[in-house]
Amino acid sequence: MIALKKKKQIPKKRMSWRHVLPFYIMTVPGILYLLVDKYIPMYGVMIAFKKLNFQKGIFKSSWTGFDNFKFLFRSRDAWIITRNTLLYNIAFFIVGVTFAIVLAVLINELRSRRASKLYQTVTLLPFLMSWVVIGYLVYAFLSVETGLINKSVIEPMGGDAVNWYQDTRYWPFILIFASTWKSIGYNMIIFLSSIVGISPDYYEAAKLDGASKWQQIKKITLPLLKPTIITLLIISAGQIFRTDFGLFYQVPKNSGALFSVTRTIDVYVYQALLKNSDYAMSSAASVYQSFVGFILIIAVNKIIKKTSPESALF
Amino acid sequence: MRSREYKITQLIAHLFCGVVALMAILPFILLIIASFTDNAWAALNGYSYFPKQFSLEAYRYIAIQWNQIGHAYLMSFLVTGVGTAASIIITTLFAYGISHKEIPGMRILNFLLIFTMLFNGGLVATYYTYVKTFQIKDTVAAVIVPNLMMSAFNVILVRNYFTHSIPASLSEAARIDGASEFKIFGKIIMPLSVPIVATIGLMSGLAYWNDWQNGMYYLSNRGGSKYYTIQILLNTINENIQVLIQNASKAASIGVSVAQMPSTTIRMAIAVVGILPILLLYPFFQKYFVKGITLGGVKE
Repeated sequence: MIALKKKKQIPKKRMSWRHVLPFYIMTVPGILYLLVDKYIPMYGVMIAFKKLNFQKGIFKSSWTGFDNFKFLFRSRDAWIITRNTLLYNIAFFIVGVTFAIVLAVLINELRSRRASKLYQTVTLLPFLMSWVVIGYLVYAFLSVETGLINKSVIEPMGGDAVNWYQDTRYWPFILIFASTWKSIGYNMIIFLSSIVGISPDYYEAAKLDGASKWQQIKKITLPLLKPTIITLLIISAGQIFRTDFGLFYQVPKNSGALFSVTRTIDVYVYQALLKNSDYAMSSAASVYQSFVGFILIIAVNKIIKKTSPESALF
Repeated sequence: MRSREYKITQLIAHLFCGVVALMAILPFILLIIASFTDNAWAALNGYSYFPKQFSLEAYRYIAIQWNQIGHAYLMSFLVTGVGTAASIIITTLFAYGISHKEIPGMRILNFLLIFTMLFNGGLVATYYTYVKTFQIKDTVAAVIVPNLMMSAFNVILVRNYFTHSIPASLSEAARIDGASEFKIFGKIIMPLSVPIVATIGLMSGLAYWNDWQNGMYYLSNRGGSKYYTIQILLNTINENIQVLIQNASKAASIGVSVAQMPSTTIRMAIAVVGILPILLLYPFFQKYFVKGITLGGVKE
């Protein structure tokens, strides 16, 4: 009966089991992986509503309702990690995209092909590095006893060594710098590929009208980059509750004195889970992140679908 | 005629790009110079671009401790190789399957794939599942399986390539000639997909080479250190440089005392060793890498 129905719906000849079976077999490894890595863990969301006893397992542990969340949001941490997560993501986007656009526009202006290639190659290099390695690079500059800045800049000039990993004042700047430093080449390539796609006719016409280089950039290049910027903005807005754990963990070397300015939701979850084995707090924060993040993505996509449907994610 | 404006534009462009490029490369140069600096000098005067005393002692120490550091290095290559190969196979097969939207169920699989980009169980749930349900702790699967094996993003890139860049008539013709679907996939589709496979292979190779989080979550210092990759080792040294002296007895038997470890410069030398393959291969894979970024930048 079922086979008959299917045939009616899809009149193609090769829709018989024998013909489609190979395609199903091909998807099996992928399905298994999605199950193991993504879908089975989703039931672990229950941990946030339980008083987890690791020995007993999730199902045998007792329910606590929303108690874990109550504890989390009664603590000052909840506010600090939410604030840090949101503010850093906004700052990373504004600073990162601005510098990347300037770099892309200027690389595009270069007449020397070799110079353009060289700048592209070099500025993309940091993107290939892990945050562990970047943590070492930062350490070479900021280490209190052996860092370049203390030993070769501040002390020779008669200043006092700065205790970089203990002083919160510098870290918003350092983290924004590190994030921009790593991502600038990547974003530059995205913008450069959009700029290269702009029809040269626009620029020819502008030149005939006597427009200066700056006017051409302001009136042609930047407005035509808007769709790319919006796409990136949507993606970032959907991810605003997630942070790059490596950046906030490796660059400040997980220094406790800096937590008020370096702790984001991801860092908090990691510390609560693996340093304190506090399943209540870590799972509450983790589920809080997943759910709010999910709602945000759906909301952003809804808004985009109304204003500019062609940019919608799904 | 080259106008004044042309010259000024070129000057500004070179200045800005030059400064950004220098800022991108200078930290690496400091890292490399620091690794060749005399340890005592560095401990006293700090890491410097112009050290007064050079030395190979950090690298000599790496050579002495090679059974630990070299093992981590070998693990890095093995994990990257096996992980990337598995990733390419799983990703392309799955992408090829779901690219046939007319087959019942494939649209659902598409949705299930994209849904993982929007929602996930979070670290706690994932950690619990891998440790408790799959018992992955301190096994080799810990550094290969979690998180890295199939990225939804890569699947979409490959799926779109199959749909838009490979004419359906090719596989149709082979089908009429009696070729099996697996044969079509292996002999026709894959050879035509070399650019996209190279791109996702690179992305996933880089992700495996650079990964330290799986090691941090799922490998313990005691039972799991035999699966340490160089990045995991670097992360562990961060917390405690003493791990480098774990097999001190072995080092002592060769005649090097533990106290002689050049602790200021050795960390930089190991980091240099860790990034060396990327630096060496980068010129060759840059093309595919850039392609991957621009493919990801534009929407499907």
